[in-house]
Amino acid sequence: MTATLVDIRRGAYYDSAFLMRLQRTLADLPGVQDAGVVMGTPTNQELLAAADLLPPAARAARPDDLLIVVRAEDEAAARDALARVDDLLTRQQVARSAERRPQSLETAVAMRPDAAWVLVSVAGRYAAGVARDALGLGKHVFLFSDNVPLEEEIALKQTAASKGLLVMGPDCGTAIIRGIGLGFANKVRLGPIGVVAAAGTGLQQVTSRIHQLGAGVSYGIGTGGRDLSEQVGAITFRQGLDVLARDPETAVIVLVSKPPAPQVADAVLAAARQIPKPVVVAFVGHATATRQLDNLYFAAGLDDAARLAVELTSPPTPPSLAGKGAGGLGDLAGPGARGSGFASTQRYLRGLFSGGTLAYEAQAILRDYVPRVWANAPLAKADRIPNALISQEHTIIDLGEDEFTVGRLHPMLDNELRIRRLLQEAADPEVAVILLDVVLGYGAHPNPAAELAPAIAKAKAAAEAAGRRLEVIAVVTGTDEDPQNLAGQIAQLKSAGAWVDTSNEAAVRYAGRILRTLNPPSPIPNTLSPIDLTTLQKPLAAINVGLESFAENLLAQGAQVVQVDWRPPAGGNERLMGILARMKGKTT
Amino acid sequence: MIDIEQANRTTVERMMEARPVLVGVGRARDVIPGMHDNLLLHAGPPVTWERMAGPMKGAAVGCLILEGKAKGWDDAEALIRAGEIEFAPCHHHAAVGPMAGLISPTMMVYVVENQTHGNRAYSGVNEGRGKVLRMGAYSEDVLARLRWLNDVLAPVVHDALQLCGGIDLRSLIAQALQMGDDCHNRMVAASLLYLKALDPYIVKAAPNSDVASDILKALGDNPLAVLNPVMAACKTMADAGHNVAGSTIVTTMARNGTDFGLRVSGLGDRWFTAPAGIVKALYFPGFSEKDANPDIGDSTITETAGIGGFAMAAAPAIVTFVGGTARDAVNTTLEMYEITYTEHKYFTLPPLDFRGTPTGIDIRKVVEKGIPPRVNTGVAHREPGIGQVGAGIVTAPMKAFEDALVAFAERYGF
Repeated sequence: MTATLVDIRRGAYYDSAFLMRLQRTLADLPGVQDAGVVMGTPTNQELLAAADLLPPAARAARPDDLLIVVRAEDEAAARDALARVDDLLTRQQVARSAERRPQSLETAVAMRPDAAWVLVSVAGRYAAGVARDALGLGKHVFLFSDNVPLEEEIALKQTAASKGLLVMGPDCGTAIIRGIGLGFANKVRLGPIGVVAAAGTGLQQVTSRIHQLGAGVSYGIGTGGRDLSEQVGAITFRQGLDVLARDPETAVIVLVSKPPAPQVADAVLAAARQIPKPVVVAFVGHATATRQLDNLYFAAGLDDAARLAVELTSPPTPPSLAGKGAGGLGDLAGPGARGSGFASTQRYLRGLFSGGTLAYEAQAILRDYVPRVWANAPLAKADRIPNALISQEHTIIDLGEDEFTVGRLHPMLDNELRIRRLLQEAADPEVAVILLDVVLGYGAHPNPAAELAPAIAKAKAAAEAAGRRLEVIAVVTGTDEDPQNLAGQIAQLKSAGAWVDTSNEAAVRYAGRILRTLNPPSPIPNTLSPIDLTTLQKPLAAINVGLESFAENLLAQGAQVVQVDWRPPAGGNERLMGILARMKGKTT
Repeated sequence: MIDIEQANRTTVERMMEARPVLVGVGRARDVIPGMHDNLLLHAGPPVTWERMAGPMKGAAVGCLILEGKAKGWDDAEALIRAGEIEFAPCHHHAAVGPMAGLISPTMMVYVVENQTHGNRAYSGVNEGRGKVLRMGAYSEDVLARLRWLNDVLAPVVHDALQLCGGIDLRSLIAQALQMGDDCHNRMVAASLLYLKALDPYIVKAAPNSDVASDILKALGDNPLAVLNPVMAACKTMADAGHNVAGSTIVTTMARNGTDFGLRVSGLGDRWFTAPAGIVKALYFPGFSEKDANPDIGDSTITETAGIGGFAMAAAPAIVTFVGGTARDAVNTTLEMYEITYTEHKYFTLPPLDFRGTPTGIDIRKVVEKGIPPRVNTGVAHREPGIGQVGAGIVTAPMKAFEDALVAFAERYGF
């Protein structure tokens, strides 16, 4: 038996929208056929009447009264429904809806304008777009996403470089910014070692080892695996290097890469050599001729790199540029023309060798310091000197070659030709350094220094008379038990003013350092706007677009994060995405 | 090359700097540009009688009876089918109408003037809630009330407006937003402010105290009394920002019960339409979704101007439409910031620390983020002659925005 019950509440005002919701709740209760919850105005009463919800008792309601009518299958159901009204009217809204998440990067930035970072881990086809927006908003980008096309990577990094922003990635798995790990990162203590890595697990391995060895990391800057390719040209890598060079808290730099493109690696290393901090290089598969080149330390592997870096932090003395022999580079830094006594015309080296292998090695080592060395016995055919009798630029002459020994003794026995050439080179105003080898032992000249030393002294005196400083460097190969007496030979040469070493490499590198000072490498064309270090130094705040776990991890590390409730632009519609991208391109 | 940002800045600046003032009430035929004796204006984009929604047909029939051109449905329809009656969107005549939005030649309409840029807009006199012409009802009692509004109330209100020198609607809206109104679905405070502004002058302008009392009661009992002037005010703002070359800001959103339509500042008077949505609504007793007509009315001009659903955070009293908690109301507004170009200079939201309302719907953002504008609205019965059945929220169809974006790209070569 259908029952319609009425409840009239005097002077109880509720907004109609609230009442409509209550009405719907009542109508949904078991056994209830329909319900009306309205203020008792005549209009509302008419509405109730039309819905068969206006029994005579309800007509008593006045406009200011709350009128509740329930029609149910039976009286019990109607009563139960009315009994719920108080509860429904007063119930606190317990289930408060969550704070709203921003649905776009720009809104997130408006919420957290101090965030310096945007982490992007959305699907690859959308990732570049998000990264571009982030750069447009002036944010550094940690680009975890992979499958970003190479041309997009190049465009993003060029844009970033022009704005003084970093794009770490794409496919950058890990980074550490002053103790805070982005993406996949180990908990590594803060410390004086900065790492730039084009290798995610390489960065993790090196930073973890540094931590295990008791040191710490200032920055671990990931670049993405393709950064050291020829196409990308190490844009992020060079930016990272520059950041670490300028960061006052970074004392030692470590560079890590999977096998890099050789030319790009050379360019990066050239940039690294201009930094007044030790730089440990761990380029997997990149061959080097030496373990150390000025401030560069070449590691045998990741573990070696970590160990070297930690060693270099304590004591934190950058390697001296001065050689161990007399007249080290310290002299070059002193007062005088170019700070050294060299005349402005003096730029070149002339090597006058009697030993072929020593001449070859000299050429190989000098590659670390000067772009080209001419030779009559060159390492590469292109460097063959047109006329062995006339030196040009940097030149190394092996006087033991057949062309010089026809009809005369080998220069290890006969110094006459070398002495003549020595004086000839010394007279050349372009010559700054003359490099000689003096090979002792059975079969060699019984006292070469006795002939060479006076020539050296004469050459230096002539140069000095002409207003120049001539540096003569001699490498002496022999032992103290040789018939010529090593110590006596060295003493004679030194007294003539020569810089002497028994290691060919040490002697050549000393020459190289002088040449590098006299011929400073053209500054690396810096098309990159410098990154504002303060954006990296302030407490880390980030906007996360993609994997929520990245945001959770940052929060756990005490960083500030805004998670974007991201959806593909234009619902993934390619045509509309294209239009939107073009509109952005033309207006920003 | 077009500078979209510059164009959009111009558009929203003009929209916000518009200062609409309610200056009078006049007969549609006399004041609305292009209005003539055989023209009926309606809500939304253009629509033919054949495709016209039930409530709009009902309202049109009611207008023809009111105009003395027909006695009932049949001869009204015959007249229309004979081609004697012309239909045009209100928006083509600087007018706006809630729900069916019908304006006929002898109807009295509010005149709102934007005193910054000089343009005017027009909207009829609000009938109140329930069984009313704008919801498709056209019975004799409905028409009798309309006649009283036109013949008795409107002239007195006009005189009162002359006496008080007009009512600054931008200021009135700004105040109402501080008093719990969204200024679309909830206009309780705005209507009381309107009544308060007018009543000393109605007392003076009315021929006798009985008429004054009737008018004050009619205005005071109607929580939507100022809806039409507010809509016209929003129309003057939107029109002030219309036709800025290169602007991607929406300057019209309107529904005729069959189609949703929008226009974009930089794309002139071209409509972009898609089928009107079904409103997610709360219903009056005895009605349910099966009774509901699809989305209808020009009242989306409020959202276009940065209030209504976009100012939901101001109106926690009606949060039941959007989910039930005050947080949901705030979130609705926060979501609209995603798709708007700026924040209003004059319309501010106390719950958001007086942040300006989201203003200037940008088709780029709507399409990119896939977030359609949210609209608060009433719901009419799908059949003519019945009236309002509920109220709720609806989202504008994405297709219209996508089409507009494509057209913009074609027009400006993107």
